[in-house]
Amino acid sequence: MTGGDMQEPLLTVRDLVVEFPMRRGTLRALDQVSFDIAPGEVLGMVGESGAGKSLTGASIIGLLEPPGRIAGGEIRLRGERIDNLPPEAMRRIRGRRIGMVFQDPLTSLNPLYTVAQQLIQTIRTHMDVSEAEARKRAVALLDRVGIPAAARRIDDYPHHFSGGMRQRVVIALALCAEPELVIADEPTTALDVSVQAQIIDVLKEICAERGASVMLITHDMGVIAETADRVAVLYAGRVAEIGPVRDVIQHARHPYTRGLMGAIPTLEQTSDRLVQIPGAMPRLNAIPKGCAFNPRCEQVFERCYSERPSLRQAAPNHQVACWLTEEGSA
Amino acid sequence: MLAFILRRVLQSLVVMLVVALVSFALFRYVGDPISTMMGQEATIADREALRERLGLNDPFVVQFFNFVTRAAQGDFGISYRLQQPVMELILSRLPATLELALVSGVLAFVFGVGFGVYTALNRRGWMSGAIMSVSLIGVSLPTFLIGVLLIWLFAVELQWLPSFGRGDVVALGDWWTTGFLTTSGRASLILPAITLGLYQMTLIMRLVRAEMLEVLRTDYIKFARARGLSNRAIHFGHALKNTMVPVITITGLQLGAIIAFAIITETVFQWPGVGALFINSVRFVDVPVMAAYLMLIAVIFVVINLIVDLLYYAVDPRLRVDRAGAGH
Repeated sequence: MTGGDMQEPLLTVRDLVVEFPMRRGTLRALDQVSFDIAPGEVLGMVGESGAGKSLTGASIIGLLEPPGRIAGGEIRLRGERIDNLPPEAMRRIRGRRIGMVFQDPLTSLNPLYTVAQQLIQTIRTHMDVSEAEARKRAVALLDRVGIPAAARRIDDYPHHFSGGMRQRVVIALALCAEPELVIADEPTTALDVSVQAQIIDVLKEICAERGASVMLITHDMGVIAETADRVAVLYAGRVAEIGPVRDVIQHARHPYTRGLMGAIPTLEQTSDRLVQIPGAMPRLNAIPKGCAFNPRCEQVFERCYSERPSLRQAAPNHQVACWLTEEGSA
Repeated sequence: MLAFILRRVLQSLVVMLVVALVSFALFRYVGDPISTMMGQEATIADREALRERLGLNDPFVVQFFNFVTRAAQGDFGISYRLQQPVMELILSRLPATLELALVSGVLAFVFGVGFGVYTALNRRGWMSGAIMSVSLIGVSLPTFLIGVLLIWLFAVELQWLPSFGRGDVVALGDWWTTGFLTTSGRASLILPAITLGLYQMTLIMRLVRAEMLEVLRTDYIKFARARGLSNRAIHFGHALKNTMVPVITITGLQLGAIIAFAIITETVFQWPGVGALFINSVRFVDVPVMAAYLMLIAVIFVVINLIVDLLYYAVDPRLRVDRAGAGH
């Protein structure tokens, strides 16, 4: 289930640094982010807005918006470096080996083309199949993602579908060339609560059937808890904690993660207010020296102000970047 | 769809009636046609007789009704100046203007879209910078100056192209004459077409560029990239098609403007079109020709607008409201 150390990871991200050169100095949006995704694994990626979740996804698929650029580290897909590939080689990986689902299904589909046109174009870009064969695959896939009467509705335009249905179409589009990894960037945030769970289920099921790994970017810990095998917690462009979902939820080591868990409402909860972390995440140009979380941390001590903690093994498969763990006091 | 066309045609009719009213008002308020027609020596009795014969003593509404009825049949009366039926005059001049407008419209559209797409895709290239700078000239220089400069350069200095007229023309059918079929006709078209189309081209180019940049930022383009589609498919399939909706509107309206405001270019190049005819008519207060020209331009604008609206349907599926399939 949880990747494990014996299997070769599908995706390896090592010390990834993403910078934005600005007029007044360079902003470091991602700072030495490292994680692995094993074949078939669902990795959840959580954090507040601006923590760098989406940037991580964009870096992996090679679609960082300029002036953002990868300034250090490396990204490997099945051991092969993909962060420095020429554009044409990277284009062939996108869609074919790494698929991506975006947040807003209402704006993700080109309004002027039918669903069939968009699906068939994508399939035929990556696979050497005839138009008829591509269409057959497209219908089967739409059917699989839960579009009723897929064979008829495939010739409809995106505006004929509701938001939830459109996100199913988007998932079909992301998966139609059978990628090994799907990056889902807040796939349900723009949807009605009532259809969120269905969309997550569809995504998870299909990826499981095909053995595709998923990197699920969200700020919804509930979704992570139900869907992911492992979870990575991002804070101010750094990985604060990464480990199996159950471990991280039940035995969060990093004070920030504990704060996040405290913010999930539970049925047993008796207090009126949810726990909240005081303060706000620092701006990228004002990240404090040492641990980025030090201004908001309740257990802060001297070392947190001077030295930055690196990710360390706290339990099997469970890594934390916190001096408390280092000291053995967590 | 049919209901939409019908509604648009009805609206067009209203527009035409209003324009007809303005044209008609010309007759009443731009001098007294009787004195224009009869000269100084006519007696008052003669004048009254003619006035009665031409129906000028009838009530306003009756006169207007007669004007519209005749106009609808293509009868705009006789030109004061040339003593020929106005319709005949205009028809004999129309091919020259339409051919000129067509060529400059096509030039403006093809180069406008081409340059617009190029500058949007290569935003930071030096070629784009050069094109954008030159386009500023196209926008800011007045048409007559561009025309005169082109004549000076290509007709006077280099002597490559003729400086005026339409060259040799060939008659096609009853009234259409074309310059496309002779060498001198084609050569004569080049300078006026560039003069007339340059401003429109820069306008279209800047519009395409702005729209294209906008579209390239949208989520569906980002998603298309994330699916690994080729740049060609993304730029010329997904992006350009979405760019075209506003571009079609502007191009359509500009085509009307090209036809209507060919006056200056036709004057500079002594092009024998309706614009030149109109200018001369204004000089001699030839009201029937002026009125007919007004109506003609209105018809052209109305027809082009109708075509533009229909093109929307062809380009944008969201406008084809088939309520049966919508909203699941």
